Amino acid sequence: MKGRVPPIIYMNSDRSTIKLDHGSGGTQSHELIEGLFRKRFSVNQNLLMSPDASPFIIGGQKLRVTTDSYVVDPLFFQGGNIGTLAVCGTINDLAVSGAVPKALTCGFILEEGFPLSDLELIVDTMAELSKRLGVPIIAGDTKVVDKGKVDGCFINTTGIGLEREDSGHVSLGDQVIEGDVVILSGPMGDHGMTIMSARHGLDLSHQLSSDCAPLYAMISAILNEHASDVRFMRDATRGGVATVCCEWVEDRTLGIELMEDHLPVRESVRGICEILGIDPLYVANEGRMVIIAASAAADRILSILHSFPEGEGAAIIGTVQKISPSRVVLRTTFGSSRFLSMLSGSQLPRIC
Amino acid sequence: MKWIDEFRDKTIVKALVSEIKKISKTPIRLMEVCGGHTMAIHRFGIQQLLPSTIELLSGPGCPVCVTDQRYIDHAIALARHTDVIVATFGDLIRVPGSSSSLEKERSMGADVRIFVSPVDAVDVAKENPLKKVVFLGIGFETTTPTIAMSILQAYNEDVLNYYVLSAHKIMPPAMRAIIDENIRINGYICPGHVSSISGIGIYSEFPEKYGVSAVVSGFEPIDILQSILMSVHQLESNKPRVENQYNRFVQPQGNLVAQQIVSTVFSPIDTYWRGIGMIPLSGLSLNSTFAQHIAEQNIEVDIEPLKISSGCICGDILRGLKRPTDCPLFATVCSKENPVGACMVSNEGACAAYYLYEQ
Repeated sequence: MKGRVPPIIYMNSDRSTIKLDHGSGGTQSHELIEGLFRKRFSVNQNLLMSPDASPFIIGGQKLRVTTDSYVVDPLFFQGGNIGTLAVCGTINDLAVSGAVPKALTCGFILEEGFPLSDLELIVDTMAELSKRLGVPIIAGDTKVVDKGKVDGCFINTTGIGLEREDSGHVSLGDQVIEGDVVILSGPMGDHGMTIMSARHGLDLSHQLSSDCAPLYAMISAILNEHASDVRFMRDATRGGVATVCCEWVEDRTLGIELMEDHLPVRESVRGICEILGIDPLYVANEGRMVIIAASAAADRILSILHSFPEGEGAAIIGTVQKISPSRVVLRTTFGSSRFLSMLSGSQLPRIC
Repeated sequence: MKWIDEFRDKTIVKALVSEIKKISKTPIRLMEVCGGHTMAIHRFGIQQLLPSTIELLSGPGCPVCVTDQRYIDHAIALARHTDVIVATFGDLIRVPGSSSSLEKERSMGADVRIFVSPVDAVDVAKENPLKKVVFLGIGFETTTPTIAMSILQAYNEDVLNYYVLSAHKIMPPAMRAIIDENIRINGYICPGHVSSISGIGIYSEFPEKYGVSAVVSGFEPIDILQSILMSVHQLESNKPRVENQYNRFVQPQGNLVAQQIVSTVFSPIDTYWRGIGMIPLSGLSLNSTFAQHIAEQNIEVDIEPLKISSGCICGDILRGLKRPTDCPLFATVCSKENPVGACMVSNEGACAAYYLYEQ
């Protein structure tokens, strides 16, 4: 039949239904996005190019837009709530793609019976953050559905930003060269393990707190001094630091070597990960980013990161090498090595 | 971090490796029979550190991997019942049965819930008196006591809608079957957690009857390397015996309370191991006192005819005859996202370990 979209093979897993893994941020999400959404939605290959915030031009002005939905369970956790994620997450997506966040929209899907007082807390958090960061929420929508049709409160936010003249390259990372260093902006896994502990009823509130934080000020300080030295930036959300690195190396002639010794992880997070058998490299963060930068600028970038509370604990975790192209290699403490692959399957769904 | 870092200390690792290299002369093959060891060996790259005289093999140590496909089909049939809640450990839900998996059934509306502790599933049974809660009881000596506890609790509190579909297994008969099949191994790296329950005496037949070393090992790099060193010592001096490297955790007699609970609830039966076949007295079934909690006897289901996918060599891998990379399906048709065999599904399976860390 003319005009009909031909059937495509888009998942190598079972094709009949959506599984939770399709939302994990790992291999299966990737396949769904590439094979279904991007294929159908992308009218022009240059559009939808960036995983974080996509570039587009209106009247000669380079803009970036991103959208994200938040379904975290529980809605309130140590260090924030769904509203904190909905504002920070979207603003961070703009910031790491080298854009100056300018405005947000938000859509609420609420479950019948949801306490108004909880909604007020969430909205107050969002309003306070948006005001503090100077990024107004300029449009919104509310839907209420029958009890049981959603879990309390889901939020979608869309962010629009102006692309910095000097930083359009950082989201693709195609200027990375051999010898560049890989920097992580703080200890990994705090957010994911906070949520996981809350979900499993492990009371570790005195030791664990989500890292969710707006990264724009820190990124802006780095780019103001080092726009050309920063070759790539990405916030390490679902799928964690390992997945960000794996996404970057894909189809490239370069690879990444990470040093196990240098990976910053809090003792509390490491302890719970050991108990639950989880690798912190794959645990979600909401206020951490991976930066690939010129090695000559690494120390200066680190000291800028260290001057911000959300950059405390930032460290150089690896280098860009060409020995194993398209691969991420982890060099263990005692000199053996292993490959890191993209997260496969969900370590825990509904983390953000 | 205490209890972790000292067992990953670089200097000690180097010292152990150099000692192993110094004394290892004769080529040997050591088999581990615990999924935890499989993962640790690959995660820390232990084989890379060893001299070429020592070959490490993975045996049937992953409970999910050795679970018969008919059992999975039975679990799927239960999940299709609208009045059944299937309670399971997480790893099982992806294992492919003849035409489906529990994960697939769940995405189509089946009530399949993941538990860390079986006792929590008894609470779910209490909260859902109109439903039948069936716990999928798989695993070796380590997990059996927790399932036994849940059955005792359900029995004592008259929770009549709590059932167990038991495919519990005992390790030593499988270790014996491997040797009886003439698979050449010189030593066993014995499972630390199993031993913490059953004690170390259960391995005495291996050195005595078969001349095979048996070292009970912990799970950190230094534990494993020290166990390898102990095995090499034994074999080079031709004095195989049972030794306990994991003595900070494993008592020689094991956990007597847990043993008592297990023998109250279960009795040994012949059972089928995926890849190995029927092994006499290697499984556990519920004693007749607890008959009301046996899923097979109380819930009638239609189990679909068995259909085994062709090409998968899980069986040979489980017996240490082949490596995952020898399988034509490995990383082509069979991947972590789309597993064909159980060895790829389970986080403790040999194929998963190769897929994640080595390919």
